[in-house]
Amino acid sequence: MRDFDYIRPATIPDAIAAAAEPGSAYLAGGTNLLDLMKGGITSPERIVDISRLPELNRIERLEDGGLRIGALVRNADLAHDAAFAKAYPMVAEALLSGASAQLRNAATVGGNLLQRTRCSYFYDTASACNKRVSGAGCAALGGENRLHAVLGWSDACIATHPSDFCVPLVALDAVVEIEGKQGRRHVTLAEFHLLPGETPQRENALEPGDLIVAVRLPAEAASFAANARYLKIRERTSYAFAVVSAAAALVVDGGKIRAARLALGGVAAKPWRARAAEAVLLGADANEATFAGAADAALADASPSGDNAFKIELARRIVVRALTSAQAGTPERLPALPASPFSSIPGARHDA
Amino acid sequence: MTLELSLNQQPAHTRQGSSIGQPLTRRDGFLKVTGAARYAADNHPSGMLYAVLAVSSIARGRVAALDVEAAKAHKGVVEVMTPRNRPALAADPDAKDHPFMFRLDLLQNEEVRYPNQTIAVVIAETLEAATEGAALLSPRYEALPARVGLDDAESFVPRGVGVGNPAVQHKGDVEAGLKSAKTRIEATYETPAQYHNAMEPHAIVAAWDGDKLSIDTPSQGLAMAQGRISGLFGIAPQNIHIRSPFLGGGFGSKGMISGPQVLGVLAARLVGRPVKLVLRREQMYGPVGHRAPTRQTLRMGMDGEGRLTAIHHHAKTASSTFDDFFEPAADASHTLYASPAITTSHEAVRLDTGTPLFMRAPGEATGSIALESAIDEAAHACGMDPLEFRLRNYAEVEPMTGKPFSSKALRECYSQAAKAFGWASRPLQPRLMRDADGFLTGWGVGTATFPAIMFQAEARAVLKADGSGLMETGAQDMGQGAWTAFAQIAADGLGLDIDQVDFRAGSSDLPNAGIAGGSGHTATAGMAIHNAGAAVIARLADLATGNEASPLFGADNEGVVARGGRLYRRDDENRSESYAEILTRAGLTEIEGHGKGAPDAASQETYAKHAHGAVFAEVKVDPDFGQIRVTRLVGAFAAGRVINPRLVRSQYYGGMIWGVSFALHEEAITDRRSGRIQNANLAEYHVPVNADVPSVEAILIHEDDPYVNALGIKGVGEIGIIGTAGAVANAVWHATGVRPRRFPIRIEDLLG
Ligand SMILES: Cc1cc2nc3c(=O)[nH]c(=O)nc-3n(C[C@H](O)[C@H](O)[C@H](O)COP(=O)(O)OP(=O)(O)OC[C@H]3O[C@@H](n4cnc5c(N)ncnc54)[C@H](O)[C@@H]3O)c2cc1C
Ligand code: SF4
Repeated sequence: MRDFDYIRPATIPDAIAAAAEPGSAYLAGGTNLLDLMKGGITSPERIVDISRLPELNRIERLEDGGLRIGALVRNADLAHDAAFAKAYPMVAEALLSGASAQLRNAATVGGNLLQRTRCSYFYDTASACNKRVSGAGCAALGGENRLHAVLGWSDACIATHPSDFCVPLVALDAVVEIEGKQGRRHVTLAEFHLLPGETPQRENALEPGDLIVAVRLPAEAASFAANARYLKIRERTSYAFAVVSAAAALVVDGGKIRAARLALGGVAAKPWRARAAEAVLLGADANEATFAGAADAALADASPSGDNAFKIELARRIVVRALTSAQAGTPERLPALPASPFSSIPGARHDA
Repeated sequence: MTLELSLNQQPAHTRQGSSIGQPLTRRDGFLKVTGAARYAADNHPSGMLYAVLAVSSIARGRVAALDVEAAKAHKGVVEVMTPRNRPALAADPDAKDHPFMFRLDLLQNEEVRYPNQTIAVVIAETLEAATEGAALLSPRYEALPARVGLDDAESFVPRGVGVGNPAVQHKGDVEAGLKSAKTRIEATYETPAQYHNAMEPHAIVAAWDGDKLSIDTPSQGLAMAQGRISGLFGIAPQNIHIRSPFLGGGFGSKGMISGPQVLGVLAARLVGRPVKLVLRREQMYGPVGHRAPTRQTLRMGMDGEGRLTAIHHHAKTASSTFDDFFEPAADASHTLYASPAITTSHEAVRLDTGTPLFMRAPGEATGSIALESAIDEAAHACGMDPLEFRLRNYAEVEPMTGKPFSSKALRECYSQAAKAFGWASRPLQPRLMRDADGFLTGWGVGTATFPAIMFQAEARAVLKADGSGLMETGAQDMGQGAWTAFAQIAADGLGLDIDQVDFRAGSSDLPNAGIAGGSGHTATAGMAIHNAGAAVIARLADLATGNEASPLFGADNEGVVARGGRLYRRDDENRSESYAEILTRAGLTEIEGHGKGAPDAASQETYAKHAHGAVFAEVKVDPDFGQIRVTRLVGAFAAGRVINPRLVRSQYYGGMIWGVSFALHEEAITDRRSGRIQNANLAEYHVPVNADVPSVEAILIHEDDPYVNALGIKGVGEIGIIGTAGAVANAVWHATGVRPRRFPIRIEDLLG
């Protein structure tokens, strides 16, 4: 690991001033950043440790009925906040399906949004990677890519964004609150992460020095509480990134879908809001045929970027299941295996 | 050696009668859970420097340039060891004096033969400085195309496989057997390369004092390591002291001293100060052995009653380009199922990888998953229940050799495990069982077998005038519980309570205890301990029975029994004397005895000696997603005498969970172009987590075996993995109707 300066600013403006210098990186929980530094994938010259900035650590209910989650709230603390889990159950479920208990205790809201891809070539500094070195090429093309993107990828990069948390958030119209040299601004999460295009090294809307201070959920987000699920397909029962995942939320009235939200994870360089599918759902009868139609719409533009065609079919199926589960109703209690297909019946014992 | 802390920090064990057979908890457990157990890398002799390996990112070629100046200019860097300045060795690391001397990469030249091969060692005042120094070397390479897959190189028939078995073996006429068969199956199965991921990576702290060398390093074979280092450095073995009281897992990867460990010794030599070198997790994917990939084809024929008429088990595997180790996968078909005709054959290619070596049940694990899958396919082809089919083909004698088994309680394993599992209600056809939640449910069975092997070991026993005992042997505890099981054998051997015996192990200055491998350590070192105990008791009995003043006077050696620190006349329990009394009267402060453990050549000729087991698995599969979960595992094992049921069960659990890993999780994902392993970390190299194995049960089947050794011990270290992987694969088939033909089983294989 390269030597670096370590700064622990006392205030947000100090943090932003320090981080605006080239070669700086914010340190939150460090669960991603430190791995990247140890592997030589990033070598910041200055670490700006924001982990003890007090004002970023709060969950606040806003006057308009919305919610503001400080950027440093730990993933575990947010998921276990009873009021939060009740209002936004699929977000809590997504959080608890990610990583391990130890990692969730350390990982923060801001860090989760900004975690880098798990593309193995990105981590393998001997491989060409346009994300690491712009213009170097993409070793994942033609390589070991069965878990890579099927939506929104380009020939410059086929990586996925690995976050679970972001998937229900983007479905619920979350907004990222950013503070930078020019003051505060709000960017919707849907617009926050960027697709690779020709510039996969640009992953999000942040400018140098920009600090995520909070994530906001609009008032409407809580209206889905009764019919919302997050589902995640994994290669082991726990402690694995999603092969594909889906967040589905519905408002159903008299058998008709009055409002619908759908997003997919593990399929693209960003959490993938499936608006075309939502359009299919809106006003339609809540039944399997509708859900299958929505799934087709969600994956209409999908194409394999390598040995991963199966992910398209898998995504279609998970959309149907997530919508079916959402329609069946949010479980009373969070399942013991959050977001796992092996927890379809809340409270059921899966070891029996 | 003496441990810093006593192993006896827990309350005295309450027990009755002998120590053997008692479910004692690990005597080193207290040290481990409190962090007081000192592992190799916990040692910090004064003046110690840190060494970090710089490893190759290419698979094949040579290092053209290294920026040694840049590394040396980095603050804290003391020295950079490259082929140019590496201290001379007394032996060529590429020399191979015997088949089990494996070639090491010790910076002998600039050639690169696999990714993660060491190309330089940076030595610095801090770990951070050494790490950065290694990065600053910025190597340039002349690279050649990598040979990565089983089809990337020319295939040949190796001279021997495993520990020197013939690559091709025949019994009877397989083609005739297939021809006469009523039903035939043929199937090909692929298993991936798997890499060692013991919790504790290989680590070494080495310190030279003139031509004396002191080493802290995890080793499954202290005397072998000592011998290898002695040969490489040209110093006498007794000048090398290796301490290895605790290992954070070995599984075969610490059986032979690895290249990086020797590089730690070289680094200490170069700088003239103690040096610590610890492998990074990803650096374990290359120089410390791995399980080679295989592609296995099984052909079987069955008569009208479901009896096997022929088995042909063919395995293709890979070794490195520069050394020979060939996974003896097909040999799994030698011992399990009766058939008039059996052929096992191997072919291999050479790939640009580190040399594959021993990894828990080498050959048996890879071969078993293919064999047990094929047996299942054969049963299905005959329309038979897979358990019934296995019983129909039960081997009463060892199929390949015709030798009788020294003992074989496999029928008991099948019946008890099947009962505990509830196998009887299993539908014959696949895809018929669903649970209340709609998950496809499947049940599968696999048979386990592992040879009862013994090596050579020695032990030294001492009885002291205060009546206490000492037992010494250079045994190795990888975490399996050797500290405890051996102390139990020692206590019984000395006729003492376990807390009165000072048991010492884990150091090369103790008697050679052989290797902790091949599931033979408890039997081998255990017999040495047992015999050492017997020898010292015999001396004691001589002292007593030959002395008129003793109440035991006149009883010959056969006539006394040692128990609870006293000798008793066998025919008169009222006549006894304590050890202390006997020694005091004789004016001795202590007496000593020596013992050996070794296989019995005569019974080896006569009997086939194996442990056996049966494993039943239940899996649930999501019908739409193909995600799999093993919900239940029940295994029953017959492995001779059980020294400590708690420890034995934990070996079975660990093995069975590794079987799940084999079937569903583990795989080194190798870039098909560069040959670099893409998932060399514990986040992406999947092994099961707790949620993957909610319920594991291991049943111990009683088995007396008078032939394996006097203690009747077979060995339990590896058998758990065998059979389990196949049981899981067969359960997946039973759940889904899809026959897994490549491992680990992937979601896309089941999507339909
Ligand atoms: C083994 C493993 C398994 C995992 N499994 C999963 C999984 O299944 N699902 C999942 O969703 N995630 C998973 N993760 C990822 C984990 O969720 C992220 O590592 C974590 O959320 C990152 O948060 P952090 O606070 O530790 O971020 P850090 O590592 O501190 O920071 C990450 C990045 O964000 C920047 N940053 C952090 N906070 C801010 C801020 N407020 N403003 C601007 N920039 C900021 C940092 O500079 C850095 O670039 C896993 C991680 C590991 C190591
Ligand atoms: S997919 Fe993207 S992250 Fe992966 S190697 Fe290609 S450019 Fe880099």
